[in-house]
Amino acid sequence: MNLSYLFDAAHWDPTLSGGIPQLILSHLGYVALALLIGTVIALPAGLYIGHTGRGSFLAINAGNAGRSLPTLGLLMLMVTLLGLGLTPVLIALSVLVIPPVLTSAYAGMRSLDQRVVDAARGMGMRPWQVLTRVELPMALPVLMSGFRSAALQVVATATVAAAVGLSGLGRLLIDGLAVNDYSRVLAGAIVVAVLAVGLDLLLALVQRWVVSPGLNPSPKGPS
Amino acid sequence: MITYLSNNTDVILAALRQHIVLALLPVLIGFAVALPIGYLGVRFPRVYHPLVNVCGVLYSIPSLALFVFLPVILGTKILSPLNIVVALSIYTVALLARTVADGLRSVDELVTQSATAMGYRRFRRLVDVELPVALPVILAGLRAATVANISLVSVGALIGVGGLGQLFTRGFQLFYLEPILVGIIASIALAAVADLAIVLVQRLITPWSRV
Repeated sequence: MNLSYLFDAAHWDPTLSGGIPQLILSHLGYVALALLIGTVIALPAGLYIGHTGRGSFLAINAGNAGRSLPTLGLLMLMVTLLGLGLTPVLIALSVLVIPPVLTSAYAGMRSLDQRVVDAARGMGMRPWQVLTRVELPMALPVLMSGFRSAALQVVATATVAAAVGLSGLGRLLIDGLAVNDYSRVLAGAIVVAVLAVGLDLLLALVQRWVVSPGLNPSPKGPS
Repeated sequence: MITYLSNNTDVILAALRQHIVLALLPVLIGFAVALPIGYLGVRFPRVYHPLVNVCGVLYSIPSLALFVFLPVILGTKILSPLNIVVALSIYTVALLARTVADGLRSVDELVTQSATAMGYRRFRRLVDVELPVALPVILAGLRAATVANISLVSVGALIGVGGLGQLFTRGFQLFYLEPILVGIIASIALAAVADLAIVLVQRLITPWSRV
């Protein structure tokens, strides 16, 4: 076991195609796109189901069904159907994002104190205002935890993109394995793990920033 | 699809058998390891937060990286199924240690106090009172870990040992849809059956939670 690949400055040249900085960028690109697509699909659906209570069965079971779907199989199915390229990878990764976001959006909306929602309505807020100014901000802590677990999963899983010829940090794993260069494999594993932990910390900061301070019960405040 | 199934029954069944062993053996090992670790997280409150963080970091290591890297650490052959078993056991511990700790922490203080007052020693109280009360939480974690393991095994196909995942790589290499579809369906079905089995066991061993 050695860290020579990771600490070789030549592999960190930002202009080098196949260098670690460019692999990180393409990796983060897949992750960002997958999170965006998955959230755009799952968030409105989860909010709608949580708001109306219609289709709860779907929201509750999406989590389990999603976990049991083998991403590698889905990816290879999509490549076989659509050919090589970015689209099949994005489909497979977005599918991974949908269950946690959908389930947490639903759970967040369900966890609201119904009296607060009634009070907002009683103050004369329109349904849209109730949703955007009361329900969504209050559901945010639960929603963010779902989003964070989705991000963690996608960062780790985006490595399989390399198995179907794309870029990303999986290249270090797949190529390193192909030529028995374990130093390269180790570099890939470490960079992905650091990236995952770093992204989670970043999202934790975002969460602290966007969640209303009134929702964090302090020991001094009224209970 | 039907012709593929009938022509390749042996290959599919062998892949399924390997998949079951590779996914479920780590669940048993991981559960056995996670129980004492989770208990430590409750017994010594200071250990709890570091425990949760370490588990989170372990879980963020990509499975592919762990599969290819374990041979270097363990000195096993790259094609040895042992790598997959150890890797998935690590994930199972990462998921379950926290769940066990959370489950034990959720036990009502009044319940443990009554047990102590009735004369239970610490170990007997843990086995006879706290663990049974925490079972619903722990088993929920066990379900999640089992289902996750079953879908993760197939990633092992990229290094040659992946149960049903080998059907994915074969289909991918030949640009042939049938094996991939069969593999996905079998994998999902296996996860559903395992999940259902745990639910049934839970109903059997926690009769008090049935309303």
